[in-house]
Amino acid sequence: MFKTAASVPASLFDSYQPLEGVPDELVDSTGAMRPAWAELIAHMSALSPEQMAEAVARGEQHLADAGVFFRNQGDKDLASRDWPFSAVPVLLPEAEWREIEAGLIQRADLLEQVVADLYGPNQLIAEGHLPARLIAENPEWLRPMVGVQPRGGHFLHFVAFEIGRGPDGRWWVLSDRTDAPSGAGFALENRVAAIQVFPELYERSKVHRLAAFFRAFRDGLDQMRENPAARGAILTPGPLTDTYYEQAYIARYLGLMLLEGEDLLVENGQLWLRTVSGLLPIDVLWRRMDGIWADPLELREESALGTPGLLAAVRQGSVTMVNALGVGVLETQALMAFLPAISKALTGSPLKLPNVATWWCGQPAELAHVRKHAHRMMVGPAMSTRMPYESQVRHAIGGQMRHGSGHPSDDADLHDWLTENARALMGKELVKLSTTPVYENGRLVPRPMTVRVFLARTATGWQAMPGGFARIGTGTDTTAISMRHGGTVADVWVVSDKPVDTVSLMPPTTGPFVRAQPDALPSRAADNLFWLGRYTERCEGLLRLMRAYHNRVDEAASAPLLGALSARLKTYGVDTDEPLPQGILATISAAVYSASQIRDRFSVDGWAALKDLEKSMTRISRNAHRGSDAAHVMSVMLRKIAGLSGLVHENMIRSTGWQFLTIGRSLERAAMTADLLSGVEDHSGGLDLAIEVGDSIMIHRQRYSVFTSRHSVIDLLALDESNPRSIHFHLNVIRKRVDALTVAPSGQISAFQRSVLATQTSLALQSVTTLDAQALKILHGQILDLSLGLNAAFMT
Amino acid sequence: MMYDIKLTISYDYARPAVQARHIACLMPPSIAGVQRLVAGLLTIDPHPDESTDRTDFFGNHVTEFAIRAPHSAISLLVQARVERLPPAPLPAQSTCLADLAQIMAALSDMGPDAPLHYTAASPRAPENAEMTAFARAQVQPSMTVAQAVIAVGSALHGQMTFDATATTVDTPAAEAFALRQGVCQDFSHIMIACLRGIGIPAGYVSGFLRTAPPLGKQRLEGADAMHAWVRAWCGPEVGWLEFDPTNNKCADMDHIIVAYGRDYSDVAPIKGTLRGSGRQKSRQAVDVIPLQSD
Repeated sequence: MFKTAASVPASLFDSYQPLEGVPDELVDSTGAMRPAWAELIAHMSALSPEQMAEAVARGEQHLADAGVFFRNQGDKDLASRDWPFSAVPVLLPEAEWREIEAGLIQRADLLEQVVADLYGPNQLIAEGHLPARLIAENPEWLRPMVGVQPRGGHFLHFVAFEIGRGPDGRWWVLSDRTDAPSGAGFALENRVAAIQVFPELYERSKVHRLAAFFRAFRDGLDQMRENPAARGAILTPGPLTDTYYEQAYIARYLGLMLLEGEDLLVENGQLWLRTVSGLLPIDVLWRRMDGIWADPLELREESALGTPGLLAAVRQGSVTMVNALGVGVLETQALMAFLPAISKALTGSPLKLPNVATWWCGQPAELAHVRKHAHRMMVGPAMSTRMPYESQVRHAIGGQMRHGSGHPSDDADLHDWLTENARALMGKELVKLSTTPVYENGRLVPRPMTVRVFLARTATGWQAMPGGFARIGTGTDTTAISMRHGGTVADVWVVSDKPVDTVSLMPPTTGPFVRAQPDALPSRAADNLFWLGRYTERCEGLLRLMRAYHNRVDEAASAPLLGALSARLKTYGVDTDEPLPQGILATISAAVYSASQIRDRFSVDGWAALKDLEKSMTRISRNAHRGSDAAHVMSVMLRKIAGLSGLVHENMIRSTGWQFLTIGRSLERAAMTADLLSGVEDHSGGLDLAIEVGDSIMIHRQRYSVFTSRHSVIDLLALDESNPRSIHFHLNVIRKRVDALTVAPSGQISAFQRSVLATQTSLALQSVTTLDAQALKILHGQILDLSLGLNAAFMT
Repeated sequence: MMYDIKLTISYDYARPAVQARHIACLMPPSIAGVQRLVAGLLTIDPHPDESTDRTDFFGNHVTEFAIRAPHSAISLLVQARVERLPPAPLPAQSTCLADLAQIMAALSDMGPDAPLHYTAASPRAPENAEMTAFARAQVQPSMTVAQAVIAVGSALHGQMTFDATATTVDTPAAEAFALRQGVCQDFSHIMIACLRGIGIPAGYVSGFLRTAPPLGKQRLEGADAMHAWVRAWCGPEVGWLEFDPTNNKCADMDHIIVAYGRDYSDVAPIKGTLRGSGRQKSRQAVDVIPLQSD
C-alpha cells in the first residue's frame, strides 16, 4: 500500500502529519496510507498549487452560481453566507461502508419498533425497558397521535444518523435524526461541487453514485400514493428555516412540489392543496417541518406554520407522512441510554454500531455515575433532541458549567444542578472524533469530522445513501464539541474496488418519450409571482421617476414640477431628498422576499440577478450624490433591471406561474402610468417628463413633433395599443393572460374576467379629449382594483 | 343531584371568517363514581360543513367541525342533563408528602388518567421558581399529600383577588401570580404550577358550577361562565382530589366536570383557526339548574 503513495512525486502525503493518538481517515495506525485514498492523493499531488487552487475555485464557483447558501439558526434576515466547502472529500472503502450500512439499517428497524410501541401498546415501559417518565414528560411524545396507526404501517421512511469514528477506530452513532432530517440535498450539492473540483478523477473512479438512492426513495414515495389523482409533496416550514435552500433544491431534484402549511387545507379528512385551478388532493407528504408545529389545532397552538386539521387527515388515513407525526420522540438524547438493552430485548442481538454511552440521571445509580465521572462527560437536558452543546440551554462539559451560549458559567454548581433537576438531565460520554485531511495553504492538515448518513425505506427495505454529508471542525481539538464552532463541509465518497453503476435520476430511455404534465400552481406561489412582477416593475418605474427628478434638480424653472413629483413619489414611500431613496431599496427587497418564497420555481440565474440588483443598490445608495451623479446611478440600475427582466421573460417557460408574473408586471406599469398621466398637465414641463419616464422620446419625435402636446402624450402613453409603455397595451396583456388562466364552462366568463374586460373596454372607448385627469384617476383606481379581483379569483 | 345545563358561547367577527376549523370541548362525560351524562346535545350555528365527534387522549368528548363559507358570527349551544354524584370522603390514612416521590418513581401506567402525564411543565403552566417557593412555604413533609394540596390552594385563595378585568385568556400564569389577581383560569394555572413545583401531579379541570346557590348559601364565584379548577394526585389511597382555588373548597355536588387536561390548552372550550377575521368578541351564558329542590 505504501508503495502507491511513495511513487507519487512530492506527495501531499509526505507532509501530512496526523495527530498523535487520534485515528485518521487517510492514514492507518501503522502510518501507511489507506488504499482507498491512493488515487485521489496521487491526483492531487500531481497538480501544481496553482492548478489545485483552480480546481478548488471551480467547486466554489459552482456553489456560488447555484446559489447554495446556508443560514445560521437565529439569523433574522434572509442574508446568507457562503457555503463553507472543503474540496477534499472523505473517502471510505466499500467494505467498511457496508458495515456502517448494516449497523444503521439495524438501528432504523429498531427505532421503528420502538416508536410503534410508544404510540401503541407501550410494552417497553410496562416491561421496564424504558422509564415511563422519560416518555410521559417528553414534549416530543404527541398525545393526539397515541393509538393512531400510520397509513401503510410504517412510522419511519427517511432517517439520518450522525456518526463519528472513536479512538478505538470503531464508528459510533452520535445522534438520531428522525423527525424531519435535513442535509440530503446538501450532500447532493457537495457531490456536484466535488465533481467540479476533480472531474476526470471522478469520471474514472470507482466511487458509488448517489442518484440510484434518490431514485429508489422517489419511487418509494410514489408507491405510497393510494389515490392515483393525488400528488406527493414536500412540506416546508418556509424560507426562514435554516435549510430552506436545501429543501427547495431537493424539491427541484426529485420533481416534487415544495409546500407550506398555508398551501394546504383539510376538508372531510382529506388533505388538499389550494391551487389557482382549484383544490388538488395530496396524499404523501415528505415532512421537513418538525412534528410539533404541524397542526395548530391539536399540537402547538401558537404554530403559524402548520395546517389546521392535518391530524384529522392523518387519523382518517388519507395521507402518508414521511415520517409519521410524533417520531421526534426518538431523537430524545436520553433514549440512547436504553437502546442497547432494548435492542437485545426486542431483537435478541446487540447493536452492530454502538451509540454514545449515555446515562439518564432520573435513576439513582446512573445519577451517581454521572456525578462521579462528570469530568469526562457532557451533561445536558435529557429530553432535548439536540446534543447539549448544539442547543441554547445550560449544560456542562467536562464538569464545567456553561451558559446556553457555550461560555463557562461560574455562578452555578454542577452537583446542585444535578440534585435539583436529576430527572431532566442526562450525561453523555465526551466523544473523541477521528480526523480527515483538509487542503489548507498548499498542504493537507488533519481536522476532526463527523458524517451524516441518510437511509430511505424503499420497496426492498432500507437503503443507505452511499456517501453522506461530512462536517469538519476548524482546529485540532477532536472532542465532538469542537464542531459547534462551525467549520466546513465536505462530500463523502464510498470507494469500491469494482466498477460502479452510474445511473442518473433520469428515467430509462426505453419506450416513447412522454412530456411531463406540470402540476397545478399553488395559490401562494401564484401570489408571490404576481407580487414579484409588481415589485420589480414598481422598482423600475420609481427609478425612472427619480432619474427624471435628478436630471432637473439644478434647473430653477423646474421647481414647481419637481415639487409635484416629490409629492407623487411620497405616495410610493419614496423621499426625493435621498439620492437613492430607501423606498426604492425597500421595493427591491420586497421583490427579493417574494422570490425567496418560491425558490423552487424561480430560475437560478433570475435569483442571482435579483440578489445582485439588491446588493448593488444597497452599496451605491451610500455614495450617490444629488443631480447628474444620481441620475447616472439610476441609469445603471435601470440597465440591471432590464437585464433581470430579459432573463426572466426570455427564459421562463410559459407556465401558469409566468402568467401571474406577467400580469403583475403589466398591472403595475399600467397603474403607475395612469397615475403619472393624471397630473401631467399641472405644471410646465410635465408632458416632457412623462415622455421621458415613458421611454418614448424617440417615437414621439417620429410620430408627432419635437414639441409635446397633451393630445400627443395621452395618445402615445395611454391609448396606443402598440406602445409597450402605454396603459392600453398592458390592459390587453392582462386580458390575454387572464383569459388563458380561466377555464370557465361553455363560453361563460368569470366575474374577474368581466372586470378586466370592463376596464379594458372603458379605456378603449376613450379618446384623447375624453381621457382627462379625472378619467385617468378613475382608471387608476380600476386598475388597482384588478389586483383585489385577481386575489379573490385565484388565491382563496 | 340532577342538573339541566344550558351553555351558549358565541363569537362575533369584525370581518367575515372563512375556512374556519374548530375543536369544541364542551360536553360533560360520564365518569364512574363522579357524574353521569343522561343526555346531551351540541348545536352549532351556522350549520357546519363537516363535524366529527371523538374522545381525545384524556377521554374528553370533543367535536371537530368546519365552516367554510364566510360568516361573521358563530354560536354554540350545549344542552345537557347530568347527574352529579357525591364525592367520596377522604380516607383516614393516606400518602405523606415525603413519600410521594418514591411512589411516583415506581409508577409505569401510561393510561389517560395516569398521574405521570401531570408532572411536567405544560405550555400554560410552566415551571416557575416563585410559585414553587410559595408552595414550599405552605407545606411540611409530614402532611398528607391531600392536606398539602388543600393548604396550597387555600393559601392561594387568601392571597389572590378575583378580578375579571386584570387578565385575559392569554395572560401567562406568572403575570397573574405577580399581580395576585385573575380569574378561575389564572387561579388554576398558578395552583397547578405550584403543586408540580413541589412534586405533586396536578391538572386542569374545566366545568360548570351550579348557577344559583342552595338556600342560605353564597353564590359561587365563576358561576356565570364556564369554570375551572384543579385536580391533584394524592397517592394511591386518595387518587385524584379536585380543589377549586377560586372558591377555596374541594369540588363537590356543585361542580360538573367537562374535561381533564394538563392545562387550559388541552381543554379549551373552543380551539380554532380561521382565515381573514379581524378582532373578535365573545360572549358566554350558562345556566346550571338543579331538577329537584335542595
